Amino acid sequence: MSKKILRNEAFQSLFASFICIILGVLIGYIVLLFINPTGAGEAIMEVLKNFFHYSKANLQIKNFGNTLVKTAPLLMCALSILFSYKVGLFNIGAAGQYCVGICASIFCAIQFGLGWLPCMIIAAVCGAAYGAVVGLLKSYCNVNEVISGIMLNWIALYTTNMILNNVKETTSPYTFHLNTHGEQAMLPGLGMDKIFAGNTYVTIALPLAVLTAVAIHIILEKTKFGYELKATGFNKNAAKYAGMAEKRNIIVTLMISGAIAALGASFMYLTDYEQWSCTSSAVPAMGFNGIAAAFLGGLNPIGTIFSSYFIQHITNGGAYVDKTMYCSQISDLISAIIIYLCGFVFFIKYTMNQILDKQEEKAALKEKAAAEANTQEGGDK
Amino acid sequence: MLLLIQYTLIFASVLLLVALGGCFAEHSGVINLGLEGIMVIGALGGALMMRYAPEGIGAFPMIILVLLAALVFGALYSALLGVACINFKANQTIVGTALNMLGTAAATVIVKAINTATNPNDVSSTIQYVDEKKAFIVNIGTFEFNWFMFVAVVALVVAYVVLYKTKFGLRLMACGEHPQAADSVGINVYKMRWAGVLISGIYGGLGGICYILSGVSEWKFENGVAGFGFLALAVMIFGQWKPIRIAMAALIFGFFRALSNVYFGFEFLVELDIPGSVYNMLPYIICLIVLAFTSKKSRAPKAEGIPYDKGQR
Repeated sequence: MSKKILRNEAFQSLFASFICIILGVLIGYIVLLFINPTGAGEAIMEVLKNFFHYSKANLQIKNFGNTLVKTAPLLMCALSILFSYKVGLFNIGAAGQYCVGICASIFCAIQFGLGWLPCMIIAAVCGAAYGAVVGLLKSYCNVNEVISGIMLNWIALYTTNMILNNVKETTSPYTFHLNTHGEQAMLPGLGMDKIFAGNTYVTIALPLAVLTAVAIHIILEKTKFGYELKATGFNKNAAKYAGMAEKRNIIVTLMISGAIAALGASFMYLTDYEQWSCTSSAVPAMGFNGIAAAFLGGLNPIGTIFSSYFIQHITNGGAYVDKTMYCSQISDLISAIIIYLCGFVFFIKYTMNQILDKQEEKAALKEKAAAEANTQEGGDK
Repeated sequence: MLLLIQYTLIFASVLLLVALGGCFAEHSGVINLGLEGIMVIGALGGALMMRYAPEGIGAFPMIILVLLAALVFGALYSALLGVACINFKANQTIVGTALNMLGTAAATVIVKAINTATNPNDVSSTIQYVDEKKAFIVNIGTFEFNWFMFVAVVALVVAYVVLYKTKFGLRLMACGEHPQAADSVGINVYKMRWAGVLISGIYGGLGGICYILSGVSEWKFENGVAGFGFLALAVMIFGQWKPIRIAMAALIFGFFRALSNVYFGFEFLVELDIPGSVYNMLPYIICLIVLAFTSKKSRAPKAEGIPYDKGQR
């Protein structure tokens, strides 16, 4: 029986992800040891503990809420990457689409004074349009989606800086707070702040992100549309031969991906948890961390919910390390190592199957030998 | 005007070095999307060497030491790509992306650790090299000649000769076109791919140190290299995987990148009153347009991106 579990695809993915996490944290620990051996154990525990850093239950819950606030956009970015990856496209442009989402949501909220729903919809549309650029370039001009995605990331960053410059404070590079300049656009909390010890940043973003994950799971696994998209991913030419519009499928996929990433941005910036700095010199890391979350989640939408939380958990945990010895980027390092190790997942699964095959073969041989011995014995009698 | 030429040349050198690196990896059959991370680590190696090199060793030994440090760091780091993609047949896109993130994260952690160790109040990820940088620069009138321009030209010649005039280069390219056929005539495909990846690491590392020495005299490692690794890949595609054409492409891209640094020196450009952000975007936009027109008929090595499996037919 236990062998059957080991053979199970889902179990193998889970197992591989755990190996990645353990190795990632272990390597992070070794790096810390190299930097300063005295506090390494404590520091790695702080990263893993995150909000348990606080002893009061109240503060714990509140900071748990903060982690969740950032988990929602991360989950959306991870889903964006996952969705296109299932169609054989590596949407590294999610970071740029996320950026466009930030731009659209903040600008609509402050400049036009729109409500949260229109802001979200406009952000999604902008993200979809931005994703479509990658799709068009890919399907009609054969441009590698990774390279065009990266280029569009930088274009999005500078455009966002330029546009949001119109709605920023005069004395700082940050955009206006929504609670003073665009209260109508703040996401409704539905009383969730009471659960999280008055953390008003916890909003409907979180349940919406989880719902998106479920929706994507259903689309990919249970609908004809999802099947077509996946078929295009497996073999573009075969899909075309089977009468699927492979060019359209690629573009639609990237549009959906873009919309998801951009929605993620509005989940974050319409809570007023963070403001955009108009002098940013790098694309927000959210889109790249999404890659880690998507692969750690075994490219399964439901698994991604948990892996997104884990990645965000250690990212937030990085803030609690002893700054006199280490820096908070140690959690970025751990996530990066985890992605690198995710490259080996295929190999881990392959090895597992190989070992199981050998065991089965041995067992079969034994049985055969035993059976032969039996017949021989029988023959002697 | 002179300033524009100077910046064009130096940025073109960076792009040329890195694109040639990508060219070697792809000709051997491995897509190296981790060039960005390799650049960061190469830059880290060079910057650390500048920081720790004994004072007063003179310009020439300094240049050699820094170059060596950068290329060794780059090559070692690219080995991570080699192990994963050649021996373990991992997905080259994921591993490349991981290397990019890992490069910036690792460099930041290392530099911050060094800075904090020397001065507990210093939590920046910046390395300064005001004096050391002078070793690389020769003033000819008002024109600052940077030794990296020379390094880039040498690298170009070496790449051309190695790829087209040596047995090794032709074998390397065979592994990127049809590894099974190459294997059948006794070429060790794994070894050749390793060679391609390591060479790309060397070139990438050199490009990285060249990039951070191009303008400023200190570098904040949190910033990475601003997509230069990917711009270089675009240069490589535009150059159709051929060294000489890559050099031409690097000059064009270098020009647009330089424009964002020095546009305020031109009166007619200032009068147009275009926001600085537009100039910052320019190289990326040009890159997209160029790719859109050149990718259709691109002559990429046929087997690139496909892990070589001996048992596969």
